[in-house]
Parts: sequence; structure tokens; C-alpha cells
Amino acid sequence: MNMDALLLSLRLALCVSAILLALGLPLAYWLAFSNWRGKFLLETVVAMPLVLPPTVLGFYVLMAMGPHGPLGKLWQMFFGHGLAFTFEGLILASVLYSLPFAVQPLIASFESVDRTLLDASSVLGAGRLRTFWRVILPLSIPGVVTALVLSFAHTMGEFGVVLMVGGNLAGVTRTVSIDIYDHVQSLEYAEANRLALILLALSFAVLSVVYAVNRQVGRHLGGRLWTPWTAK
Amino acid sequence: MDTVDREVNGAALTARVKMQRLRRDSPPFLLDISIEVPPGITILFGPSGAGKSTVLDCIAGLVRPDTGRIAAGEEILFDAHAGINCPPQARRIAYVFQTLALFPHMSAEENVAYGLDGLPHRERSARVEEILEAFRVDKLRARKPPEISGGERQRVALARSLVTRPRVLLLDEPLTGLDAELKATIVDDLRAWNAARGIPILYVTHTREEVDALGERVIAVDHGRVVSEGTPIEVLEAPRRKRLAQAAGFENLLGGTVVDLREADGVMRVRLDGSLSELETPLGYAAAGDRVRIAIRAGDILLATVRPQGLSARNIIEGRILAMETRGTLVRARVDCGVPFIVHLTPGAARSLELAERCRVWLVLKTHSCHLVEE
Repeated sequence: MNMDALLLSLRLALCVSAILLALGLPLAYWLAFSNWRGKFLLETVVAMPLVLPPTVLGFYVLMAMGPHGPLGKLWQMFFGHGLAFTFEGLILASVLYSLPFAVQPLIASFESVDRTLLDASSVLGAGRLRTFWRVILPLSIPGVVTALVLSFAHTMGEFGVVLMVGGNLAGVTRTVSIDIYDHVQSLEYAEANRLALILLALSFAVLSVVYAVNRQVGRHLGGRLWTPWTAK
Repeated sequence: MDTVDREVNGAALTARVKMQRLRRDSPPFLLDISIEVPPGITILFGPSGAGKSTVLDCIAGLVRPDTGRIAAGEEILFDAHAGINCPPQARRIAYVFQTLALFPHMSAEENVAYGLDGLPHRERSARVEEILEAFRVDKLRARKPPEISGGERQRVALARSLVTRPRVLLLDEPLTGLDAELKATIVDDLRAWNAARGIPILYVTHTREEVDALGERVIAVDHGRVVSEGTPIEVLEAPRRKRLAQAAGFENLLGGTVVDLREADGVMRVRLDGSLSELETPLGYAAAGDRVRIAIRAGDILLATVRPQGLSARNIIEGRILAMETRGTLVRARVDCGVPFIVHLTPGAARSLELAERCRVWLVLKTHSCHLVEE
């Protein structure tokens, strides 16, 4: 069995989860604690990929990354080659597409931290950063785990955006879901089934980790599970 | 650190805060309070919603008043005119919240050490050690807040606040829900700790028992204003506003009209609204025909089943028992004397008098149990 596609998907999902965590923590902090009036606009933008068809998102990302798009031009300037149909382009598109899956659980768990604890931290002399690392983040572990796992799983399984932005280049942009599609198109059902089963098992494992962690930590901290389908 | 400590030791806290609080669920609320808190315990007393916690939040720097000035000794922490607003991190004011706000994911020791971030490791552990012992929680150091009892949590919260050597301590009903004995031991430890340091401690409460138990100085607030100040007796025995009188445990608040003044005896007679009954009360600033309110504690009223004679008490009113209910070791009787009275008595007294609903009774009130309340 050719594992290239599966490995590529794993690599993509790991990169995307890491980037989303780094990006999601400050973004979610700001969305959870800012009093800015126009906050809802940014919230809307972050949540858009939840409702947008992947082809629509993919289409615009492709346009932006193309040789005439702003992102494409910028990339060309710095790295000497285009962004569309590359692994980096795929990462960028996937980050956008999975953004709500990382940011929303983080917001939900940041917001559930008792504000008096933050006041207590301030009164005890801690600045915002220290309060974040020592109080908010440790009390938001379920949210962080959920965010990581959901961005990972969501990226592993994405199809439409990858197809639009990455095309189907073996070893570069041919992810496992596209590979499955190819196999089905070529009537190689056994091959398709093997890959599909792996994805199925992986999704199950990953989600059971989320639920298990939330249950464990929730017992200590009173945290609640965040999933896209229980979001407010 | 040490020089700073010496400088502020014994410095009073002065706070003048004024702010309009708009709340979604109640009418706009104006807070306009000016207080001075000398070293030692001062109680901020008043009914819930009087603005007590908001005052603490302003002093701690968590809420910004519209205008005013807050200073600890010489150091100005907030001054609206001068544009000074010291952030809470830099105020060195300790605050024990009503919910205590212990960090649930940290052990008692980690909680206590939280405020000592900048210190070298050795001094840090020495200070933590010292305060854990002073508040008798050194044995629970490794346990997390959800794993220890309510009284222990309160001790840990006090230790966490005081380990930073603050110049002021704010306490927002921190001992609510503890039994009196436990409360007293914690307060004793707090007093012992403060004996050497002498910082101002502002203790917020809405219960009368705590005022009696703790008070050296009391500042009573209501509707966002200071209504009286002084010793517990001065403040509690002479309530000046209706809501404060209720908060201070006056179950009976009666309206009436002054009939006549007897200056020589230091008393006046007041006819109660809706009744022919008259009460003799201490002389107040009133003239015949003035409207007054009288506050009487339910526990200050005697109850008799026959018309009493040969008593020094001047007020004897006839009535009929409307209802009786037993609450623990207290029987609460509602008596109709034209106006309704609430009377408290012990279950034993109720039994031996064979009191029951519809019983005819006489209420006996000493003149000085009838407190005049400002309209």
C-alpha cells in the first residue's frame, strides 16, 4: 500500500495544529477578554469556515495565492516561486479552514474561567501575561486539548479546500482524502477502503481522547466539553 | 522592601469615591462615599446592594471610580483630578474576595506563594512557611482548595493575601457561612498577625453578629452613602434609615404621629398609624404632630397572657396572636395590636405560657427599646 498520501496528511495536520495553537491562543484571548465594540465582526470572520462550502473558501484562497493574487505575488517576491499547488499553500489554506475549530474551544474555555480569579491574580501583583500562563491557561487545558485535536482531525480529513488550492500532486499536495477519492474514481475499492478505514480509526481514536481528557479534567475544574455542535 | 514596610506601617487608608453605576437589572445607582480607615479593623456595614463591594473594588483598583481620591498614607493610589490611577498590581493592597478566589489548580502552598513572584527562592519559601504557620494551614500545604474545608480555605486565602506584606487589607464577607467559634479563631489569628504590623483592615459585612464580634470601628453604608460611623453600639443602636434599621435587626418598623412631648421626663408619646395604641419613646427632635418612625427589635418585646401590673415598663399594648412559627430555637409570633408586631421568644416560654394562635396577649415595651428612626 502506498502510504505517501497518509504521511503527507499527517505532516500537514501536525503543522497546521501547531500553527493554529500559536495563532489561536492570542486570538482567542483577545476575543474572550476584549471590550471592543466591533469584536463581533472578527468573531464572524473566524467562524465563517464553519458555514462556508470548502469550495468557496478554497476558491478565494486560490485566487489570493495565484500568480496575480496579493499573497501569491508576495510569496513570489520572497521565495521565488508561487504559493498555489505547494505544501506551504496547503498549510495556509488549512489554517484558515480549521481556524474556528481551534479558536472557538479556546474562547469557550477562557470565558469559563472565573473572573474573580483574574482579579485575585492582579491584586497579587501579576500582570496579564503571568495571569494568562499561570491561571487562565492551566484552567483551560480541556479547551486546548480540544482545539489541538479538532484542528488535527479536521485537517486530516479535509477535501474540498485541498482540492481547490493544492490540486493533486503526488507527495506534495495529494492528501489521504484526495487519494481515497482517486482510488474510488479508478474503481480500486480495496485500496480506497484500506485508507478510509485508517482515517475512520484515527478519527475515532482522536475524538475519544478529547472526550476522555475533558471528562478527566472536567472533574477537577468543572470544565465542559466544547465541540462545534455544542457551540453557542 | 523593608524600608517601604516601615514607611507605610500604621498609615491610614483614605478613600473618596464617586461613581454612577448603571446596572441592567436595577435603577441607576450613585455611589458617593468618603471613608478613613485607620490601622486595625474597621467594619463596612450595610445591606446587600449598598455599594460595599464596589468600594472595595475601587480601593483595590479593579474598578475605576468616576471621580475621587484614594490614598494609603502619603501615597496617592488614585486621583481623578491629577490623573493618577495606579494599577492593582502596584497598589500593594490585599483583597480577600467573598468567593475567596483561590486558584483551584494550585496547592495551598502554591496559592500562597503566587504573590511572591519576584523574590529569590529562599526568601520566598521562608515567607510562605511563616505565614502558613501563622494561619495554621502548614499541614495542608500540598492540598488543593477543593480538597480542604471551608474554614481552611478562608485561612489559606488570608495567608495568600497577607504574605505579600500589603499596606491595606480588604475583606469582602470572607467568613460568611462559618460558625461563630471558627470565625472567632480566624479573627483572633488575623488580629495577632496585625498586632505587629498595624495595617488598616477594611472588613465588609451585612450581618449584625459580625459587627458585634469584630467591631472596633464601624462605618455603616446604605444606598451608596455613609449613613453613620462610630463604635458598633453607636452605629447599631441608633439606626438612622429605614433600610439600615432592617439590616441591623429591627424586625418592627412602625410609623406614627407625635402626640405630645414630656421634656422633663425625656420622653414623648407617639400614636401608631392605624391604631389607637400609643407608645412612649425617648425624646427626639420632633414636635407634636410630626411624623416619626419607630424601630423595635422583636427580641426586646415582652409577652404576657394577663394584663401586667406593677412594671417599670411604660408601654403595655393589648393584642391577639395571629400566627406562630418555630425557627430552630426561636419562636416568631405575629401579634395584631391594630398594627402588626413581630415578637421573638424561646420555645420554652411559648410552651409555658401555652401560647397559640388567636390568644389574647399584652406586649410590654421599655421606652428605650423604641428607637427613633429618621424618616
